[in-house]
Amino acid sequence: MRVILRNPRREIEIEGRRRVHGLLAELGLPRESHLVIRNGTLVPGDEELDKDDVIEIRPVISGGM
Amino acid sequence: MKCRTCRGPAIIDLPRHNANFCAEHFLQMCRRQVEKAIHDHQMLNKTDRILVAVSGGKDSLAVWDMLIDLGYQADGLYVALGIGEYSEESRGYTERFADERGLKLTVVSLRDDYGYDIPTASRATGRVPCSACGMSKRHLFDKAAIDGGYDVVVTGHNLDDEAAVLFGNALRWDVEYLARQLPVLPSRHGFPKKVKPLIRLSEREMAAWCVVRGIDYIVDECPIAAGNKHIGFKEALNVLEEKSPGTKASYYLGFLDRMAPVLAGIAASGADSVTPCTRCGAPTGGEEGSVCAFCRLVERSAAHEPVSVELILKKSRSQKRAQSEVAQS
Repeated sequence: MRVILRNPRREIEIEGRRRVHGLLAELGLPRESHLVIRNGTLVPGDEELDKDDVIEIRPVISGGM
Repeated sequence: MKCRTCRGPAIIDLPRHNANFCAEHFLQMCRRQVEKAIHDHQMLNKTDRILVAVSGGKDSLAVWDMLIDLGYQADGLYVALGIGEYSEESRGYTERFADERGLKLTVVSLRDDYGYDIPTASRATGRVPCSACGMSKRHLFDKAAIDGGYDVVVTGHNLDDEAAVLFGNALRWDVEYLARQLPVLPSRHGFPKKVKPLIRLSEREMAAWCVVRGIDYIVDECPIAAGNKHIGFKEALNVLEEKSPGTKASYYLGFLDRMAPVLAGIAASGADSVTPCTRCGAPTGGEEGSVCAFCRLVERSAAHEPVSVELILKKSRSQKRAQSEVAQS
């Protein structure tokens, strides 16, 4: 699957299927500070992601006050 | 995963509520949390004229969207900070949001209206950029609210923001700051009332609100703020949150329930001694006849040759490298 990461924006390829939790853990990204989006829709932690999916992993932490 | 409310397919899991929600019931949960914050802390009335401080980020656009959704009348104020492409993009998101919904947005430009921008102010005054930025925005939000006859200023500070500030204040035992860290600052001495309706919702929930509601916002971090201390506090709290969901809410909301009343006397004792700035008339904590910090910053910054964002970033990177080398030696 194609995975889009932000800050800075970049793309990586992951082989095979994954659950959302597993993908975040594999990339070392905390669930509390990221959303996973497939085709513009949020997907929860136990959702299985297909090898042909395009996934955005969006960080949610901002630093301005 | 199934929605806790309707048992339909869930779109988000929220460990701190030990629950999953579909889109409809996730939005319902968010609205209820905002309504509870507004009610419990007497933040807003339906007849108030509200000014929302908007940045183009998820929190400020979400709170503006929610207030309109809940039937409040709210206009927006955007301050163009002059942080290169980041500011241009964030302004674009804000203007599109307002245009698409027919909402009134006022834009104040630091460069066009006051002759400086944040990178230049940082270099001219020796302040860290986030300090120059925060001070400029607070002054301009206050001024716009007073000049425009608004009853209250709304900001998009969320649970993570407040927990991180609380954490920083507690690490320093800054008792005066702790005493003032409240979700409502009443109108006084020429300052407008300021409220934070998102204190019961996390950063992740606000980003999810925007995705579900189809709100485009600037996802990229401010290049100057990236890696600042405030973000470090948030990351530290999120490590605790992952191990023990609900930690941030119990820390901050518990502070409001049980610690803020203990500190109330300290907050009240520091509330007076304000005089008008001799230059702009804004209230200032200085002595009688003094010029406020914003006017001093404008004077020094506008007289300085413009400084690029890249120059500030380069300086910040070299400082971090030097700190890292000291730490390793």
